[in-house]
Amino acid sequence: MFHRESGVFKTSYAADLALFPLPIAQMAAAVLAVFFVIIVPLTFGPYLTTILNLILIATVGALGLNILVGYTGQISIGHGAFMSVGAYTAANLITRIHAPFWLAIPAGGLMAAAVGVIVGIPSLRIKGIYLAIATLAAQFIIEWIINHVTWISGGIESSIQVPPPTVFGVKLASQQQLYLFLLFFAVLAIVATLNLMRSRIGRAFIAIRDQDIAAEIIGINIFRYKLYSFAISSFYAGVTGVLYTYYLGIANYEQFQLDVSIDYLAMIIIGGLGSVLGSVFGAIFITVLPILTRFLLTDIGGIFLSGVPIANMVSNLRLIIFGALIILFLVVEPEGLDRLWRNIRNYFRVWPFSY
Amino acid sequence: MRGVSVRLGVFSAAMLAGLAWAGVSQAQTKTITIGVQCDRTGPTQIVGTALCPGVHDYINLINSQGGIDGWKINDPEIDQQYKVPLAVEAYEREKQQGALGIMIYGTPITEALNAKLEQDKIPGTSPGFGIAASADGKYYPYLFPIAATYWSQAAAGIKYAKEQLGGSLNGKKIAYIFYDNPAGHEPLPILEALQKTEGYQLRTFAVPPPGVDVSAQVLAIAQEYRPDFVIDHTFGKSPALIIKGLKQNGYPLNKVVALVWASGEADIKAAGGWNVAQGYNTMQFAGAGENYPAINQIKAMYKKEGKPPPAAMQSTVYYNRGVFQAAVWVAAIKNALKLTHGQKPTGTDIKKGFEMIHNFALGGLVPPLTITPADHEGGGWVQVFQVQGNGFKKMTPWIQAYRKLVVATAEKTAAKLAAK
Repeated sequence: MFHRESGVFKTSYAADLALFPLPIAQMAAAVLAVFFVIIVPLTFGPYLTTILNLILIATVGALGLNILVGYTGQISIGHGAFMSVGAYTAANLITRIHAPFWLAIPAGGLMAAAVGVIVGIPSLRIKGIYLAIATLAAQFIIEWIINHVTWISGGIESSIQVPPPTVFGVKLASQQQLYLFLLFFAVLAIVATLNLMRSRIGRAFIAIRDQDIAAEIIGINIFRYKLYSFAISSFYAGVTGVLYTYYLGIANYEQFQLDVSIDYLAMIIIGGLGSVLGSVFGAIFITVLPILTRFLLTDIGGIFLSGVPIANMVSNLRLIIFGALIILFLVVEPEGLDRLWRNIRNYFRVWPFSY
Repeated sequence: MRGVSVRLGVFSAAMLAGLAWAGVSQAQTKTITIGVQCDRTGPTQIVGTALCPGVHDYINLINSQGGIDGWKINDPEIDQQYKVPLAVEAYEREKQQGALGIMIYGTPITEALNAKLEQDKIPGTSPGFGIAASADGKYYPYLFPIAATYWSQAAAGIKYAKEQLGGSLNGKKIAYIFYDNPAGHEPLPILEALQKTEGYQLRTFAVPPPGVDVSAQVLAIAQEYRPDFVIDHTFGKSPALIIKGLKQNGYPLNKVVALVWASGEADIKAAGGWNVAQGYNTMQFAGAGENYPAINQIKAMYKKEGKPPPAAMQSTVYYNRGVFQAAVWVAAIKNALKLTHGQKPTGTDIKKGFEMIHNFALGGLVPPLTITPADHEGGGWVQVFQVQGNGFKKMTPWIQAYRKLVVATAEKTAAKLAAK
């Protein structure tokens, strides 16, 4: 059977190192690639593409945070601020020296990584909730600096407008064009994370998460790898900030405040800590759920109730449902949507002969 | 547990399918769709829960009178919780529903949507907030502040202080207390420029977000600096705390003027009621109180339907701002229909409709608004109301302040932004 491990024999090192060893995984990846690269841009309207774009941006950020929280076992409530570091770095480069996207995106990521390393230093001495507070401080300090240093923020309005990215001479203005641009970086982030976690660095992260003293005993330099984790994670956050800036055409730190950091934490907790696919699921869940609950309430609820008086009720009910669904999913599967997906997969793997 | 897991998985797949289904929109004949963005559940819900009903009520009133030359207005509302991603999604959703214009809400959201408005040729309004430089229509062709920007408000605050202090500010001390975010910083260039010409002393007091503790700033103002006048530009919970704090420290509230988002009934109630806030000066870009023809018409409409008027109406400041906003849109659409001779207008027609608004007053609820292709602010008019008894007393007619300076600053800033 093509979806089983049995019968798949690896005869070369390359085959053993393949990201998708199973035929079904290779086929699924090919089908998904065709769907997202060819079918989606041709058939999805600008509205659905907008939602996909927001998901793609969130995916990059969630992956980054998952490297730190899910894989290395550290915590950060400052990722919103790291995103704004990336966003303002890129916006300044774009407006001051007309940097192209291939320079602005890595530069934003690297600057965020540098800041992330500094913020990560306390992680060498403190853990858990204490580290959370240290990174929370970073969130506020970075916000304050951007708000008050006009050289960074581009003026007292703290917002810098940037033109859309230009790829091979084409200005990416429409949602579909931006979709392909964002898709490229989201896929790059997914593949990079998958590979990172199979490398020496990734395994060191996991060792630190599982038991840091044991990791030190087997020869992992905790100091270095914790900071690596902060750097890589913040790099992703910085790139997220740059993508956001390109997508909206403006860098503004008010888009990266504390609630954003919390939203991203919610994404990886609901999606599944320490899982690449979970990050993607979480990004989809947190981005789409508020939109879906609104549709359910205004379009279906509108059949029973209508008019101005219920508008307040609908808005608030939506938040209640949003919260309730998060609790429901976590109660049913505390390990997140990724585990849910694996359960479904394992069920069908032996179906219909499950015994 | 596994069975539940599978069912949940199916459920989430069904939800995703629902999203695709929900994308279908219905277009009716002879309707013009204007998207309304609201914040009913986010940080500024005090405003949203009263302002949005005002918008819908006025549009319902117009529709119940037969619409605008036979065209009904459809005003789908989306609550974006003051969050930028949700607002971007809401914008695309409203655009997909065929919206020919968007009522924006929130400064960061205005910044994020501005480029899209221009690209899609859809006019948007940002009354009383947003980018102050967008008063300049040359550089912001599709963004209409339609009400006094923070620059006009700050200038009006200084003008009011000058009048109250006997006609001269030379050597007087002015305190500016503001929420420490970009919107709070925005009036600073005007206050600093006027400092040179008027000769007052200016000291600024920043209230850091989330603005739930103002005691240090209030003490510094009331005990240490003792200014001749205070300009209060805060949002959310801060205005109430400032009113309470200044009162407790014995600073006279009639020497305080609040800019438009610190001027609602909700702020006064939160400070402890009308008694506490006696003398507090509030700045308004739409009339406060209930005694306006448009409000009475809305009341009559509810009476005819046999329903009580909505509770939101009691928050007259924000409710009236909603009515104001809707009324300006209606006027713009009316003008646009003149241009198209009754055919369905485009976004560009409505933009031109806005720019044809001339001396629009709506029975005193709206300032004598005149919007031109160059001036999207409509003159920057405000009115100051003072808390007296159990309500607001009008202290000034509609005033414009230091118009030349405000317009020049807008032009300069907009040109600088455009050069980038």
